[in-house]
Amino acid sequence: MLIKQISVFLENKSGRLNEVSQVLGEAEINISAFSVADTSEFGILRLIVSDPDKALDVLHEHGFTVSQTDVVCLSCPNQAGALAKALKILSKNEISIEYLYALSMGDAASVILKPNDVERCIEVLKKNKLELIKASDLYKI
Amino acid sequence: MLAIQSERLVETVKRIYHNVAYYRDKMQQAGLTPFDIKGVEDLHKLPFTTKSDLRDNYPFGLFTVPMSEIVRLHASSGTTGKPTVVGYTRKDINMWAEVVTRSLCMAGVHKNDIVQIAYGYGLFTGGLGIHYGTENLGASVIPISGGNTQKQIQLMQDFNSSVLCCTPSYALYISDVLNEAGIDPETLNLRVGIFGAEPWSEAMRKEIERKLKLRAIDIYGLSEIVGPGVSCECEYQQGMHVHEDHFIPEIIDPITLKPVTDGEVGELVFSTITKEGIPLLRYRTRDLTRLIYDKCSCGRTLVRMEKCKGRSDDMLIIRGVNVFPSQIESVLLEMSETEPHYLLIVERENTLDTLSLMVEVQEQFFSDEIRKLQDLRKRITHKLESTLGLTVDVKLVEPKTIERTAGKAKRVIDKRNI
Repeated sequence: MLIKQISVFLENKSGRLNEVSQVLGEAEINISAFSVADTSEFGILRLIVSDPDKALDVLHEHGFTVSQTDVVCLSCPNQAGALAKALKILSKNEISIEYLYALSMGDAASVILKPNDVERCIEVLKKNKLELIKASDLYKI
Repeated sequence: MLAIQSERLVETVKRIYHNVAYYRDKMQQAGLTPFDIKGVEDLHKLPFTTKSDLRDNYPFGLFTVPMSEIVRLHASSGTTGKPTVVGYTRKDINMWAEVVTRSLCMAGVHKNDIVQIAYGYGLFTGGLGIHYGTENLGASVIPISGGNTQKQIQLMQDFNSSVLCCTPSYALYISDVLNEAGIDPETLNLRVGIFGAEPWSEAMRKEIERKLKLRAIDIYGLSEIVGPGVSCECEYQQGMHVHEDHFIPEIIDPITLKPVTDGEVGELVFSTITKEGIPLLRYRTRDLTRLIYDKCSCGRTLVRMEKCKGRSDDMLIIRGVNVFPSQIESVLLEMSETEPHYLLIVERENTLDTLSLMVEVQEQFFSDEIRKLQDLRKRITHKLESTLGLTVDVKLVEPKTIERTAGKAKRVIDKRNI
């Protein structure tokens, strides 16, 4: 249930995002999801890719500062109130969320979240019968 | 002069030999005892003293008197975390006041002047050094210290200050603020400026004189020797007269360490011959200049030194504060296991110096959370501020942004044209 997310440090210069996607493209690594967290001086690019270990190596070789973080992917029905319900459960169990990003398509929405305690988050979600997406499935989306 | 210097030098050598094990060892290693030094002609035989000697003997290892005799301590930046400490006996304080008084007189200051001292008061020798010299002269001291420019201007107007003492870059800054406030410097009572603590060019002098309508005098000193007042310009502004009855100057080649031929540029070395607290022999200042032995137009025969032309080490002076790039390196190393790549950029925006530091975010610094990266940036900024006493603008950059060089890494870019 643990998803390996790649984080890349980027300065606020033009062409940086471009370069990352080119490098991954050339290495035949597919990006399933991503988000950019930014400040005025720099940003952190977070990626879910088809082959996280290879991505780490390839980006590292090209001189990027990268790291890997464990995140969780929750699947909710694509309807109003579904996300609120899941977040309420997490908050009741005192799990705080550092960040999250999502995509909804068709009947379901995938929400990638980084909780403060990954193991407990998985436990709580499972106990409450919320659906978690497996790593192998997510990498292929 | 030679006779006075020789007598005092011989006494000082004995004092140091018998009280400072560190220097005694150095002399013995060179096969010397006090008997081998009979006068100034033997000065070149003595071993040098450097800033790292002061650091290695931190805090009081080079003092020749017990602490009960020390009435004042001052400190200035060291090459790494530790400051260099100097101590003064009562006699030293009086001597210091005397040389500063002489300096002020040379500059044309007299007892009816109202002297605004905008050098920092505290561990830095600038403020208190000029203060005691001015009081000794009998002039009226305004001990305002640095900063709070609005107040500086208000007092200049209300108290009719006739002399301004501060760093030359601060003097320019004050002139800008006056200009913006629409205050004509002619309406102020300023006549003389005593500027030092950082290098400044003839062009800067002309600018300051034009903008503040005063005579801008160059004063030189360093806390290891005594503080401000080691040398000072007279009204003719043709080099700074060294008070050589207290501090014997030499110029050496910084590479061969041999004395240069008369009049050549080299590294300035001083031997203090009247200090008791922390007398130093052949202290390498790392300032580059030359000595002029001709009689000055003012009539004084005290040897003169030219405005310093640069440093023989990598020290920078930013807003009057000594900064060694190695200090920055130690701060960064404290936060990571491997050597960080950084670049220090010094610029001058509107007369005030600014420091920005680019640090490459390598794996050991990286975190997936924005908050943690911002924290990192804040921590570096705070640590630098407490180590250097200056605010540095820290920029986190990607690896390989900073140019790699084949030899020694170029860590500093000084864009100022002083």
